[in-house]
Amino acid sequence: MSEIPLTNILFLSTGLFFIGVYGLFTRRNMITMLMSVELMLNSVNINFVAFNKYLYPEKLDGIFFSIFIITIAAAEAAVAIAIIINLYRSHHSIDVEDASEMKY
Amino acid sequence: MSAASIIFYIIAAFILATGVLAVTTRKIFRASIWLLFSLIGIAALYFWMQLEFLAAVQIIVYVGGIVVLIIFSIFLTIKSGEEMPKPVLTRSIFAALAVLFGTGFVVRLISLYNFKPTSTTVFNLNVNQIGMQMLDTKNFGYLLPFELISMLLLAAMIGCIVIAMKSKDKDATTFQNSIQ
Repeated sequence: MSEIPLTNILFLSTGLFFIGVYGLFTRRNMITMLMSVELMLNSVNINFVAFNKYLYPEKLDGIFFSIFIITIAAAEAAVAIAIIINLYRSHHSIDVEDASEMKY
Repeated sequence: MSAASIIFYIIAAFILATGVLAVTTRKIFRASIWLLFSLIGIAALYFWMQLEFLAAVQIIVYVGGIVVLIIFSIFLTIKSGEEMPKPVLTRSIFAALAVLFGTGFVVRLISLYNFKPTSTTVFNLNVNQIGMQMLDTKNFGYLLPFELISMLLLAAMIGCIVIAMKSKDKDATTFQNSIQ
């Protein structure tokens, strides 16, 4: 446990974050873009927890931030999927290139 | 090298490999399953850090909630057996360049910074402690964000229903007229 320094966990979360960034840049399908955003949020969670555990072991604030991020990510995913399904009804496609106009 | 560090490297390689597969595979259903494995790997990382409560929350919310929601929406919107079109070559090249540059920048920053722990007490996560601080109004309690987030969840729930609801006004009136 103590053999792994904090920097290794930060390297892991950096890698995961930039994997999410790559997915967000290359994908043009809304659901896969949402999946990339989830990966990025998870890497931020790992950061919060690792900082809390290694640098401030007597406090719990990083844990609380992670719990709140998980909750907001759930709400965000639900709203995003509702919007995607609504968009599919009106455009019959969930490609971001096809959704260039908002309502009409 | 002890068993704990070997387990850490295995978990890290698992998370990164499944994450890369989740953003590069061209079948969307497989992408969601790779995302599922990546999230399970992150829960395993929390278990490795001895944060059992957070690992349980991760499995319940992400694996049990969000990924299932994503899979349902895939089945509702896309022909999941078909392959997605390849990304444009220039776009993927520039995305890869940006990602490589960003990764190198952040990794260099992290490795140059000297992290020093502020105290030597052993981190010990107690669910009892989390509950007490979560619902505390003083001593840096988190009661106000807790209440705000409950309002946010309610608003998101109602908003989802309103957005995804079919507008049946026209159909309903014609149906009533036909009855009369």
